[in-house]
Amino acid sequence: MRDGATALVVRDLSVELGGRPIVTGIGLDVPSGAWVCVIGPNGAGKTTLVHAVAGLLPHAGSVDLWGRPARTLGRRERARAVAVVPQLPVIPEGVTVEQYVLLGRTPHLGLLAAEGPRDHEAVGAAIERLDLGWATGRRLQTLSGGELRRVVIARALAQEAPLLLLDEPTTGLDLGQQLRVLELIDELRRGGGITVVSTMHDLTLAGRFAERFALLSAGRLVAEGSRTEVLASHVIAEHYGAAVRVIDDDRIGWAVVPVRDSEA
Amino acid sequence: MSVRGRASLIGVVVLLTAVIAGLLIGPVRIAAADVLRWLVTFGDRPPGMSEQQEAILFELRLPRVIVAGLVGASLAASGAAYQAVFRNPLADPYLLGAAAGAGLGATIAVSYGPSDAFDLTVPVAAFIGALAGVGLAYALGRSSLGGRAVTSLVLAGVAVASFLTAIQTFLQQQRSETLRQVYTWILGRLGTAGWDDVRLALPSVVLAVATLWAVRRLLDVIEVGDLEAESLGLNVPRLRLLVVIAASLATAAAVSVAGLIGFVGIIVPHAVRMLGGGSYRSVLPLSVLFGASFLILVDILARTVAAPAEIPIGVITALIGAPFFAAVLRRSGRAAA
Repeated sequence: MRDGATALVVRDLSVELGGRPIVTGIGLDVPSGAWVCVIGPNGAGKTTLVHAVAGLLPHAGSVDLWGRPARTLGRRERARAVAVVPQLPVIPEGVTVEQYVLLGRTPHLGLLAAEGPRDHEAVGAAIERLDLGWATGRRLQTLSGGELRRVVIARALAQEAPLLLLDEPTTGLDLGQQLRVLELIDELRRGGGITVVSTMHDLTLAGRFAERFALLSAGRLVAEGSRTEVLASHVIAEHYGAAVRVIDDDRIGWAVVPVRDSEA
Repeated sequence: MSVRGRASLIGVVVLLTAVIAGLLIGPVRIAAADVLRWLVTFGDRPPGMSEQQEAILFELRLPRVIVAGLVGASLAASGAAYQAVFRNPLADPYLLGAAAGAGLGATIAVSYGPSDAFDLTVPVAAFIGALAGVGLAYALGRSSLGGRAVTSLVLAGVAVASFLTAIQTFLQQQRSETLRQVYTWILGRLGTAGWDDVRLALPSVVLAVATLWAVRRLLDVIEVGDLEAESLGLNVPRLRLLVVIAASLATAAAVSVAGLIGFVGIIVPHAVRMLGGGSYRSVLPLSVLFGASFLILVDILARTVAAPAEIPIGVITALIGAPFFAAVLRRSGRAAA
């Protein structure tokens, strides 16, 4: 069912919070195994879109996961299909890495069920996949920002959901950590058959990792397509209000470079 | 052995020690060997023990130890549960209006109920009061700030508790002839604990603690916040309601047999976190074990320090608990800064 089909189809999705429209009329298609990056200026509604797709916000319009309307899925069923890595995860105090990753098994367990061997196997695999074997017994508070990010991704992997939603996965990480986290996500996608939808602020990194782009501006989808279609200097200038130069050459590679007024 | 395993083992040893100490210590001396033999044979009186000594053990000390254990386990487990679902390290049966509601219910029963029906009217009224107190706090917390901020619930609880305590004080003033009775009851009355109290508290305590114990895995899930917990497929409002009802039932059972005993719900869960980590998989079972031990030991203090007089047990828990509360407050203040 999951191979070949379109992983995610969003139609006419709108979200209102406190009577104010946050996103309006969004349509989006994400093929199975793709990496689609949602970009846009602050307050454009990127996080709201991610939360609506995950079923965490009431919304109008439809969300289909592998051809099934998400509305018809129960909470746990939906959480087995979609895993979310939040931008600022809540880190509980005094909990170990292993106990935290185990939370990813929640949608696979009934209300009173205890974890079985299958669950511990999934947790072990996720921990190993993220090279966290050394940290299983460590408390979360003792980890660095980059390590914590990997632990949160491990929790999402233990969830074994085929669609991974990442909200700003590189926030607060240094350059090396940013690259490593994105490479890892790409490996998971290519090797593990996972479909990825992420939001990102760094357009150069976004352009180097994702395959397709959706640009949100003021709650509306204003451009969608490949890197050349969406990440063009005039499009970015219009919606971000910033002058940029988009560079694509064999020596430097692909990059979005900001331009100061004095340089223009 | 894992940290959890070691902590559980310590907990069981401490509990057994507390139970035996509770049976041994008292104005009438009974040989330790006889008490142990009496215990392991389930009440078969050894030759060295007089009938009077057996009566003291069975009719006075044993029910008192059991009631203290049940009350301690209930208050500690419900404190831990409230802390989990409200994600507030200072949440406690007292902060959420549960205990104040129970106190008001009991006061109404003592002041206006039939004078010969003290045995059952008071606990039932306390239970209704506890649920009403938490229910009121829950409704008020949900209606303010759209119920989104978890702190609004705790603030609502404080407001409800003050309100209910004010009504209670007013009623006490109106009925000054029952003042002394109510006052004794409020400060804790383990001194009169008997098998009737065990029978009264046991079903509610077992039901409530078993419920909390069964969902302890999900308390860890709720700790990552409502949004993330929902993204993991958890029905957060439903779990929160279930846990609040169970914890309030445990609180009401404790209050109805022992009066108002403060701070156990804060002291014990925080102490066991230091011992066995922050996961509720261990915090909840360890709170039950250490909560029972803690109150049995405090009760021994209460009846020996000023013997032959008894100090109300709530006075001792408050003397230990208030500085502890301040330390937790300072610590959580630093964590937030």
